[in-house]
Amino acid sequence: MTTLKKITQKQLFLPLFSMVLVMLINMIYDVAHGNPFYNFFTISINSQGILYGRLIDILNRGSEAAILAIGMTLVVSASAGTDISVGSVMSLAGGVCCVLLAGFGNVNVNSYAVPLWVGVLAGILTAGLCGAFNGFLVAFLKIQPMVATLILFSAGRAIGLLLCNSAIVYVNVESFKMFGGYTWIFPTPLLITAGCVLVTALALKFTALGTYVQAVGINKDAARISGYKSAAIIFLCYVVCGLFAGIAGITATSRIYSADTNNIGLNLEMDAILAVALGGNSLGGGKFRLSGSIIGAYTIQAITTTLYALGVSSAQAPVFKAVIVIAIVTIQSPVVKAYMKKRKAAKQLESGKEVHAS
Amino acid sequence: MKKKRMNSNSILLMLTIALFVVMYVSGCIAYADKGFTKLQVFLDILKNNAGLICVVCGMTAVMITGGIDISVGALIAMECMFLAVGVEQWGLPAVALLPLMLVIGLVFGMVQGYFIGYLEIQPFIVTMAGMFFARGMTAVISTQQVSITKSELMTKLSTMKFNMPFAIGAYTNKKGKLMIPNVSIYVIIALLVLVATFLILRYTKFGRSLYAVGGNQQSAALMGLDVKKTRFKAHVMCSFLTSIGAICYVLNTMCGTTRQALGLEMDAISSAVIGGTLLTGGVGNVIGSFFGVLINGTISSLVKTNGKLSSAWPNVVTAILLCFFIVLQAIFARFRKKD
Amino acid sequence: MTFPGVKALDHVDFTLRKGEIHALMGENGAGKSTLIKCLTGVNNFEAGEIHIDGISEAVRNRNTLDAQKHGISTVYQEVNLCPNLSVAENLFIGREPMTKLHTVNRKEMVKRAQKLMNEMNLPVDVTRNLDEYSLALQQMIAIARAVDMECKVLILDEPTSSLDDSEVEKLFNLMRQLRDRGVGIIFVTHFLEQVYAVCDRITVLRNGQLVGEYPIAELPRVKLIAAMMGKDFDDLASIKPEGGLHGGTESLIDAQGLSHAGKIKPFDLTLARGEVIGLTGLLGSGRSELARAIYGADKAQTGTLRVKGKEVHIKHPIDAMNLGMGMLPDDRKAEGIIGDLSVRENIILAMQARRGMTKLIPMKEQEEIADHFIELLQIKTASRETPVKQLSGGNQQKVIIARWLATDPDFLILDEPTRGIDVGTKTEIQKLVIKLAQEGKGIVFISSEIEEMLRTCNRLAVLRDGAKVGELSGEMTQELVMKTIAEG
Repeated sequence: MTTLKKITQKQLFLPLFSMVLVMLINMIYDVAHGNPFYNFFTISINSQGILYGRLIDILNRGSEAAILAIGMTLVVSASAGTDISVGSVMSLAGGVCCVLLAGFGNVNVNSYAVPLWVGVLAGILTAGLCGAFNGFLVAFLKIQPMVATLILFSAGRAIGLLLCNSAIVYVNVESFKMFGGYTWIFPTPLLITAGCVLVTALALKFTALGTYVQAVGINKDAARISGYKSAAIIFLCYVVCGLFAGIAGITATSRIYSADTNNIGLNLEMDAILAVALGGNSLGGGKFRLSGSIIGAYTIQAITTTLYALGVSSAQAPVFKAVIVIAIVTIQSPVVKAYMKKRKAAKQLESGKEVHAS
Repeated sequence: MKKKRMNSNSILLMLTIALFVVMYVSGCIAYADKGFTKLQVFLDILKNNAGLICVVCGMTAVMITGGIDISVGALIAMECMFLAVGVEQWGLPAVALLPLMLVIGLVFGMVQGYFIGYLEIQPFIVTMAGMFFARGMTAVISTQQVSITKSELMTKLSTMKFNMPFAIGAYTNKKGKLMIPNVSIYVIIALLVLVATFLILRYTKFGRSLYAVGGNQQSAALMGLDVKKTRFKAHVMCSFLTSIGAICYVLNTMCGTTRQALGLEMDAISSAVIGGTLLTGGVGNVIGSFFGVLINGTISSLVKTNGKLSSAWPNVVTAILLCFFIVLQAIFARFRKKD
Repeated sequence: MTFPGVKALDHVDFTLRKGEIHALMGENGAGKSTLIKCLTGVNNFEAGEIHIDGISEAVRNRNTLDAQKHGISTVYQEVNLCPNLSVAENLFIGREPMTKLHTVNRKEMVKRAQKLMNEMNLPVDVTRNLDEYSLALQQMIAIARAVDMECKVLILDEPTSSLDDSEVEKLFNLMRQLRDRGVGIIFVTHFLEQVYAVCDRITVLRNGQLVGEYPIAELPRVKLIAAMMGKDFDDLASIKPEGGLHGGTESLIDAQGLSHAGKIKPFDLTLARGEVIGLTGLLGSGRSELARAIYGADKAQTGTLRVKGKEVHIKHPIDAMNLGMGMLPDDRKAEGIIGDLSVRENIILAMQARRGMTKLIPMKEQEEIADHFIELLQIKTASRETPVKQLSGGNQQKVIIARWLATDPDFLILDEPTRGIDVGTKTEIQKLVIKLAQEGKGIVFISSEIEEMLRTCNRLAVLRDGAKVGELSGEMTQELVMKTIAEG
């Protein structure tokens, strides 16, 4: 009993448990359809010389959400709020990148107008600037995070559309397709995600970033007395979140080698927020685990992929997401927690009485 | 002593109304040759935003309590699809489906309200789940675009026009025919909802308790108000008014699609904020929100009249206005604290 | 009523008569707020009964609404009204006059509200928003609401803390007016002058126990302070070294005319190496505010500050820390501990802030530092990775002391380091303070307990009502300190 409790109280229990559940459903599904139960995990190299399999597919497609989840984790931890502009900012970053590469006004090109790295860097920096704008509003003007990021939520995508003259700008150059394609046998988005996670994990391991963010997120006033500049740290988190949104935006754009401003990153902010919550991190800020959010992001992708495999259309899938969100937040709800505690105390009292009686 | 001092909230409201007037008048001057001065143009703004007006009334009520509801757009999509498929594919009479839409809205609001009011979960998260659910359900009902053609009642309601009394704003068109500006029935529904919400917020116990809860939850509880119930009711009210909005919406578009009213929640929120509703709660009224809708509608209308500008402009301009008002609110709030 | 480990209120009798203003006095942790919370139903109590005139049975309030129904209303320091509503609505919310259509009768409401305001001589236009009025008027409006709800008992919990002198006088006039109408008023305050200005009777609590109930005439100031602080010295042997502490010649801190509007009037303070200077005065006298102004926790608005002879401008606590300062704030929960972080992380927190974000203290060093202080200060914790919120109050306090010691400061402010801590730990902390001073550090020590101050400090600065009124050194006795507080 106590060991079981210890396991369930671990922070990574929730995302891992969901992940295992999804895998089980997949296995049952496979067996029911006469496939071997390990079908889900099969990874092979196909005729084009790249890794192939459902697991790889999930890892590939979940990349953008996972990259966003990194930044979102920091923002949630430090400011106890969410950045709902990331999807829109992704789209803007992709738009800026493609417009620069294609040359302003062109819709379909086969060669770059500027070097590739200029376009990519400009896209990511634009996103960083968006993050700085959000951070300024939240950290220095003390506006609620959701409200502050609402501005870019509606403007980011629209500015991208204006840049692209409301058209889809195609960049038909092989080197641009690289970010969304394959490197050797691996999907590049997976490698990009790995790179982002690695950089952040190293920053958390070798600098005091984690202590700074968590201290400010848990108790701003105590952190201030101990010499931490809360506003500057919150600002930094939003900038980092913006930069990661930019990277995710470039990746998503490269997949379709075009700036489809209307659709890139659509609703991805919700996935990122959900990933953070599913990873066992409180949306009320404070302590966080990066690994939880990453696993959370891939779990959501696994659920989506599984639903598609079960024949649920992409438009219908949100129904299940809604159920998951409600389940997670209900467990985290202070009222439910208090009720559980009370029940537990009552039970203990009862068993105590019994002991007394005997 | 009797002279009324302006407080920062009425300054914000005046600013909103002034902004609308300036925007509309400059539109009239700039596009006089394209007929922007006609009364019908203004009435069409109302017509195209009738659904939004209903939604923004509910949104204002929720925002006054310090909450937010981002499920409204998806709820409209779900209900429109329900009606369209009900009429077209299930062969049900619209007269039964319309009240059922309102019931769906009530139930939807009660579930959301329970999680927010009684389980004390952040409104943003709960209504995000609500949004997922409603959007998904829309697709579960049908993934196609379903036009409403079979229901006589719907066709009748949709095309029913009311001319302006005394032919105000009438003009003769190029063929020499007298055109009297008119409004559709759903504009009248929307305006009735607006008036009703205004009265509820101002003259009922429930309305006033919304403001009290938004102003200071703890104080409201100490003064004997049931904070949980008030927040619950606010969300029920919002979803219910959204359902009325859905009826207006479907009468205007006469179809159901999965992408219907996409992003409407953000239009509603930005309209309310531009109209002076504070996102921190406690301050706001539907008159301001109504002008917020009109400003948004005028921007779209101007862009459409221009004909050359990208359809993305309304979003950009709205976002700039939103930014302006949010920063202004923050500055006012800081001044108030210093006093 | 007991809290884990401590009895917050122990067999206290309290009687309020009709038409009197009754001061409830006591230092921190005396049990004032617990008593009030029991009366108003915020807290539950274990033993005892409440009797109210006109109600035959003993009353037990489950919540504040219950208490209001029984005629007990409370007005707090932070006004519990809605700033965004009009005055009239604040007066009548939840019990608005209705029209026949079941809508709020705004006209009637405004009329009745204005009548109420006129009756109480408050210059208020009831149609205006509450937040257009000063805090003093807001407080009186809150009182008006309570009175209009026919309260028999009005509890005023530190209502004057943020009011200026003329506002206080207005409040007192209102209180006298109500007293003459037969309302019983419980007045909680830290300002002695105010007690003598308006009260009829005083009840003093100390450490959760009743010290006594006195008519105002029978309890002069010095006696009141004695009753609040307790006269009896602890039997603990003197912990000061032979011959006492002596400040060195090197001046650490030299503050001239520092102030913070509304909190602390301009003051001068100097501190040399090896000194322990105590700031004494009652709670709310500005002793914490003085320390915070030096440290930059609340930025000083006037005056100059010299640290080690050099003039400095402190904009943020980190500036003070880089000058070798440290501060243990009085509110451990709000400004001290970072609850969800581990003991280790809490200990290295300030040290890390001084080094900067990019220079992470290596894990091994962190662990060594944490282990060192856990042993040095005898912090009782399951492990150094235990979240600090799971520790007892005393051990949490030690963790914060460790946090500052780890930065090796030249100058340390300890604001109520011994509050809510058992006697053994208290002595340990006192000894530590002496030891630090002997090592050449300068210490500013703040405590509500006067004997503790006398035992550890070699100089005392006395504060009253936001101003420094005197400084004592050499032979200090409790009587002398109390006299200085009372008479300045």
